[in-house]
Amino acid sequence: MGLFGKFISKIKGTAHASESDWDELEVALLAADLGPRLAAQVITAAKSAKAENAEAAIIDTLRSALSKKSRALVKSESGATVILIVGVNGTGKTTSAAKLAASLVGEDARVLLAAADTFRAAAVDQLQTWGERLDIDVIHGLPNADPASVSFDAAQQASARGVDYLVIDTAGRLHNKNDLMAELGKVRRVIEKVLPVQEVLLVVDATTGQNGLTQAQVFAESVPLTGLILTKIDGSARGGIALAIEQALDIPIKFMGTGELASDFAPFEPEIYIQGLL
Amino acid sequence: MFDSLTTKLGGVLGSLRSRGKISPSDVEGALVEIHEALLEADVALSVVTEFIEIVRARSLEALPNLQSGTNQAQAVFEIINEGLTEILGGNARRVRFAKQPPTIIMLAGLQGAGKTTLAGKLAKYFADQGNTPILVASDLQRPNAVTQLQVVGQSVGVPVFAPEPGNGVGDPVKVAKEGIAFAKAKQHNMVIVDTAGRLGVDATLMKEAIAIRDAVNPTEILFVVDAMIGQDAVRTAKAFLDGVGFDGVVLTKLDGDARGGAALSIAHMTQRPIMFASTGEKISDFDIFYPERMASRILGMGDVATLAEQAKKAFDPASSAKLESKFASGEDFTLEDFLEQLQAMSKMGSMSKMLSMLPGAGSMKKQIENFDESEITRTQAIVQSMTPSERRDPKILNGSRRIRIANGAGRTVKEVNSLVERFGAAQKMMRQMRNGGTAQGMPPALAGMGAGMGRPAAKVIQKKKSKSGNPAKRAQEELG
Repeated sequence: MGLFGKFISKIKGTAHASESDWDELEVALLAADLGPRLAAQVITAAKSAKAENAEAAIIDTLRSALSKKSRALVKSESGATVILIVGVNGTGKTTSAAKLAASLVGEDARVLLAAADTFRAAAVDQLQTWGERLDIDVIHGLPNADPASVSFDAAQQASARGVDYLVIDTAGRLHNKNDLMAELGKVRRVIEKVLPVQEVLLVVDATTGQNGLTQAQVFAESVPLTGLILTKIDGSARGGIALAIEQALDIPIKFMGTGELASDFAPFEPEIYIQGLL
Repeated sequence: MFDSLTTKLGGVLGSLRSRGKISPSDVEGALVEIHEALLEADVALSVVTEFIEIVRARSLEALPNLQSGTNQAQAVFEIINEGLTEILGGNARRVRFAKQPPTIIMLAGLQGAGKTTLAGKLAKYFADQGNTPILVASDLQRPNAVTQLQVVGQSVGVPVFAPEPGNGVGDPVKVAKEGIAFAKAKQHNMVIVDTAGRLGVDATLMKEAIAIRDAVNPTEILFVVDAMIGQDAVRTAKAFLDGVGFDGVVLTKLDGDARGGAALSIAHMTQRPIMFASTGEKISDFDIFYPERMASRILGMGDVATLAEQAKKAFDPASSAKLESKFASGEDFTLEDFLEQLQAMSKMGSMSKMLSMLPGAGSMKKQIENFDESEITRTQAIVQSMTPSERRDPKILNGSRRIRIANGAGRTVKEVNSLVERFGAAQKMMRQMRNGGTAQGMPPALAGMGAGMGRPAAKVIQKKKSKSGNPAKRAQEELG
């Protein structure tokens, strides 16, 4: 319970919150990385409500920022469903790809992993280690191979083996590197020659600040993003940036990563998340 | 880096400049905008408030003593610049070396901050200065962190002490301890210990970090943090400071477009200097962090100091001296000199990175990022396909020579023509500079650069210079 909880208990039963109480609320909202825009909306809503309704008004505002789109994975009617995992460096793409694959296996689906991060040292090994732990086959190429060609091979394998899901891990890329963003577009186009790409999930680190919004915007320009995976939510960061992204771009958070184990991964629960923000 | 903050502040300062006389309420108006810009840049609210207070007090104090006109805006600008520099940590500190080698550097930070990559960059940086670092793989947590460190170590030619395979196997404290003993036995004067990423709130892992610290007694503990981190930066930094403790900060992924507010907040709240900045995926994309330069960069004043330093590193002093005397004695700058400079410039790193350090680069961000680096190679190829006499005297280049050069370089005659033309313009500009024109302290290489580049660069440079009526452009227009 952070500053926000204190704010609520303070204004409960009083007619008006004082100026310093509002300041505290602003601090709390900003500290959750909601960003100045969403924070201002929340404060306006809370101010216009009566003190005893302020909490509900705040929660309503946050809830209305959520995307209305479905949070379930889209499944191909026939053939393998391709899920592409993208994001900037160090957000936890490889771990998320492995955890997602594990959760799909847990639903009795047949899953194939592909290591299309051919750039970072030992990224392929990292995914292979996960593959061994989870007993999932990992398709990979040589180091520094063309990620599009690895992905293409993986798609062919997936369709030949008749698996249900193909989860492709891509290299981390900063969104202001145009050539790398173009490469991502190519990866997707090449896979689509074999199988339709149903899901492109952007991995967002919960500790990310307002830059997360730019990340999502720019990635969405290169590949149509279908959802977010919010990682490292087990830390002290509350991941408010994900809500800012949902609001601004209408991209739903589909999964949350909450720890280092394969099982620390779950479908996104909006209510729990909003409570966590407060 | 810090682009968005730069853009915002640029707008604020521009509007201040456009006024003749600045009233206290103008300052207030600018402060409101700066407040917002800093919040959007993820600077912690308490730091923002403090910064605004400093700028307000100093500006209002300075204003009455200033004459109207641009001086006033300039003075406010200076105050903001100073304030930013102070918050960024004042003067940078260098890494302390242990009196009794080896110097032990321990890296700590959140998962995904970039510790392992940074370990390699640090090792390379110190090895280049004549040290003999060794990397110790104490991140036994993340799958294949050990392998990653080995690959990184190999690519920079630094040995890696990795007795345990990692992936959850082995005792990181023991590895760290043995690593130090090994380094001593092998006479390495520096040890860089890579540790597992941990969350600020994870008590178990924090204990492990403390155990490693106590076991190896590091000379410096560096806290590695991602420039894209949000408001959690301060909490995380505090948790690490109270937990394992740290002596300095390293910012990574500064080549992104994060506004870098975390840098301001962490330096200010922990009172620990930011010592290094990592600016790209290549091992060489790494430098000492200079607060005053960073402040200038945030304000869109460019980073000429870094540029000059890199130029100094890349250019051979003898050839620079030769060029200078040539310049002074009134001799013409030839294509041979130009080729030499192109080669030195490619040693300085990527063109887009250099261009982004120039004042006003913020407004040309897109062009700079999309600069075609191979343009330099192509230009070099064209010059290298010329005979020495052609390089010395481009006037002898007739049609058939040009066809031969184009074939030799694998380019078109049109490209050869345009290079020769632009070179002529550059030569002309050099002559004008010598005759007391624009001696803005621009090294000749950079002046030549504008002329030597292919289309994209020419566009970039023209766009910038067209405002200032640079002689290069005038010369070019005269030619055309």
